[in-house]
Amino acid sequence: MSGYNFAYLDEQTKRMIRRAILKAVAIPGYQVPFGSREMPLSYGWGTGGVQVTASVIGPEDVLKVIDQGADDTTNAVSIRQFFARTTGVKTTTRTDRATLIQTRHRIPETPLREGQIMVFQVPIPEPLRWLEPRESETRKIHALEEYGAMHVRLYEDITLHGRVATAYDYPVRVNGRYVMRPSPIPKFDNPKLDRNPALLLFGAGREKRIYAVPSWTSVKSLDFKDHPFTIEKWEQSCALCGAGDSFLDEVIVDDKGGRMFVCSDTDYCARRREPTR
Amino acid sequence: MTPMPMTQVPLLAVRGLTKRYGERVGCLDVGFDLWSGEVLGLVGESGSGKTSVLQCLAGRLEATAGCADFFQRDGTIVDILRLPEAPRRRLARTDWAMVQQNPRDGLRMGVTAGANVGERLMAVGERHYGRIRREALDWLGQVEIPQDRIDDLPGTFSGGMLQRLQIARCLVTRPRLVFMDEPTGALDVSVQARLLDLLRGLVADLGLSAIVVTHDLAVARLLAHRLLVMKDGEVIESGLTDQVLDDPQHPYTQLLVSSVLQP
Amino acid sequence: MSESAPPAIRIRRLAKSFTLHNQGGVTLPVLRRLSLRVDAGECVVLTDPSGSGKSTLLRTIFGNYKPQGGEILVRHGDRLVDVVSAEPRQIMDLRRRTMWYVSQFLRVIPRVPAVAVVAEPLRALGVGRADAIERARAILGRLRIPERLWELSPVTFSGGEQQRVNVGRGFIAGHPILLLDEPTASLDAASRAIVVQLIREARESGTALLGTFHDADVRDMVATRVVSLAEAETEAA
Repeated sequence: MSGYNFAYLDEQTKRMIRRAILKAVAIPGYQVPFGSREMPLSYGWGTGGVQVTASVIGPEDVLKVIDQGADDTTNAVSIRQFFARTTGVKTTTRTDRATLIQTRHRIPETPLREGQIMVFQVPIPEPLRWLEPRESETRKIHALEEYGAMHVRLYEDITLHGRVATAYDYPVRVNGRYVMRPSPIPKFDNPKLDRNPALLLFGAGREKRIYAVPSWTSVKSLDFKDHPFTIEKWEQSCALCGAGDSFLDEVIVDDKGGRMFVCSDTDYCARRREPTR
Repeated sequence: MTPMPMTQVPLLAVRGLTKRYGERVGCLDVGFDLWSGEVLGLVGESGSGKTSVLQCLAGRLEATAGCADFFQRDGTIVDILRLPEAPRRRLARTDWAMVQQNPRDGLRMGVTAGANVGERLMAVGERHYGRIRREALDWLGQVEIPQDRIDDLPGTFSGGMLQRLQIARCLVTRPRLVFMDEPTGALDVSVQARLLDLLRGLVADLGLSAIVVTHDLAVARLLAHRLLVMKDGEVIESGLTDQVLDDPQHPYTQLLVSSVLQP
Repeated sequence: MSESAPPAIRIRRLAKSFTLHNQGGVTLPVLRRLSLRVDAGECVVLTDPSGSGKSTLLRTIFGNYKPQGGEILVRHGDRLVDVVSAEPRQIMDLRRRTMWYVSQFLRVIPRVPAVAVVAEPLRALGVGRADAIERARAILGRLRIPERLWELSPVTFSGGEQQRVNVGRGFIAGHPILLLDEPTASLDAASRAIVVQLIREARESGTALLGTFHDADVRDMVATRVVSLAEAETEAA
C-alpha cells in the first residue's frame, strides 16, 4: 500500500514501542508507559493492541485476529484486513497456524506453543483504579507491593455475594510480584495464562500502557485460602461440536426464548467438527 | 541513695525535633522519651506546634531537624525521621497506627465495616477469609459496635461509631505505637465519654504506647500518663499529668489550667 | 531485718511554695525546710489546723505537687527513690507498687463501675481480672456499699459512698506506704469505724501511714505518733 510504512506505523514509533515491550518483558506484569499514537480506529476499539501488533509484525508472520473468540465479527475482520493491507502478511483463522494472534476478550481453547505471540486489547490496565484514582499513588502501591487492598475487593465480593463475583478481567499475580489485569477475558481463561509457552503482550491505547507476561511465567489468580479461585462450568456441551471443556456462548435462536450453547472459540469449534480441513 | 535502674530502652526517643515553614516555626527543638505502655499527651492551643510534632513523627511531614529513634520489634533501633518511604509505610501499616480527628479521613467509606477492619490483616498477608472475618467481628465487639453492622457501609454510621471503627481498623495489627490527633475532637460531648473510656481500656489492656494531641485538658487528664505543654512551637513544661494539671509551674500552663470552664 | 530498719519515708529540708503568675506573681510559701520520717508499722498523724499545708505535704510526697527543694526518700522495694528528683516513669512505678494517696474526693470517670474503680490498682499490678474484681467486691462489702451499687458508676453515689469507694481503692492492693488525706471526711460513725480497722490492719502488716484526720476520735484510735508541721520544719534532718 503506497504512502504508508509497513504496518502503518513509522519506524521510530515502532522502535519506541518495542523498547516499551522489551521493558515490559523484563518486568513481568509491570505497566510500561508508552507514547500511544493516533490510529485509524477510535479509542476503546483496540488501538493499544493494534499498535503492539504493528510493532512486532514482520513479513513472515501469519496473523489471526479474534474478537470474543470469533474470527468473523466486525472488529476482528476490520483489524485483520487493516493488517493485510498495510503489511501484506498471510492471515489465518487457525490458532495452530498463526504466529501472531491479536485478541479481544478471549484466549483460544487450542493450546498455544512457544514462538507464538498473543496480543491482548486492554481497556483499563490499572487493577487498583477502583480503589485509588491517583496514578501517583497506584504507582507507589505497585512499587511497594502494598496489595492488601486488592484482597479487600475480593473480601467485599464474598461478603456481598457469597463468592468472588468478578467474572472477567480477574486480577492475577504475575511472577509472584506484580498484580495485573489480564484484560476482560473471562476468568475461565485465567488458568491458561499460567506458564503459557507463548509470549503474552498487553496494549492499552487510550491509557498508554504496555505490559507483558513472558513465556513460562507463573500467573496466579488472587483468592483466599478458604475461597479458592474457580472457573465457570456449564451443564451443557457445545450444540455444534459437542465440546464439554470450552467456554460456551449462549445464543438465543427464536422469539420464544429458545437458546443453544456454542463454543465461543469459532476456530476450535470448526476444527472439532472438521478435523481434516 | 541509688537511682532506679533504667534497663529498658525507650520505645521512641525524640531529640531536637524541629519543623520550620520558611520563617515560621512549627515546632522547635522538641525532645522526649516515650516508654512502652505509656501515653504521652501533647497539649496546647492552636499554633502551639503539637500537631507539627505529631505529623513529623507519623511521617506525614518532613522534619527540618532532629531525630526520633524507634525501638523495633526485632530489637533494632531506627531513626524514623530518616527512614526511606518503603520501610516507613510498612511500619505505618504494622507497628504504628494513626487515629485521625475526622474518622472519615482514616477509613475507606466505600467498603464495608468488616473490610475496613480486615484490610490491614490482608495487607500483611492474611489470606483466610474466615479468619479475617472472625477477627473483624471480634474487634467490632471490642469497640462496642454491634456485630450485625459488619457488612454495612460506614456511611450509615454515626460519628461516634465511625471513630470507634477507625480505632478498630488501626488496632487490628496490634501496633505498639498509636498516634492520636484530637481523637474526640469531632464528637458530641456525650459521645466523647464513651470513646475516652474505650481508649483508656484498650490502652491498658493492650499495653499500647500513644502520643495524643489534644487541646482539651480533660481528655489529657483521662488518657495521658505524662504531658508536654507546648506554646509557640516549644515545650514549656512537662511532667506527670496530674502534677502538671494540679500544680502547674509555668505561667502559661497556669493560665491554660485556670481557663478551663467548670460546668 | 535489722533492728533499725531504714524508714519507709524520709523527708529532708523539703521546701514547697506556690507562685501564682497570673495573679501578680505572688508567691505563697507553704512548707519550709521540713524534715520528717515515717517507719513501717507507724501511723503518723499531722495535727495542724486546716490551710497550713498538710494536704500540700501529702501531695508533694505523692509526686502530685512539685517541691522547690529538699529530698523525699521513699523505700521502693529494696531501693531508695527520691521523689523530688525522680523521673515521671519512676514515680508512676512508685505509685503502682509502693505508695498510694487516698484523698477526700473521688475523681469520678463516667461509665466505669465502682467495682472496676476499686479493682484498678490490682489490675495495674498484673492481677487477673476475675481475681481483682472478686477482691474489689470483698472490700466494697466490708465498707458496707450495697451490692446493687457495685456495677454502677459512682457518678450518682452520695459523698459518703464515693469516699468509701475511694478508701477501698486505696487499701485493696496493700501498698507499703499510704498517704491519707482526711479519709473519713464524709463518713458516718459506722463507716469511720471500718476505716479505722483497715488502718490498724495495715499498720500491723507493716504499712507506713502518714495522714491527716479531722476527727479527733479517729486520730486517737489510729495514731502511733502525732506531729505538727511547725515541729517538722524546725527538726534537724
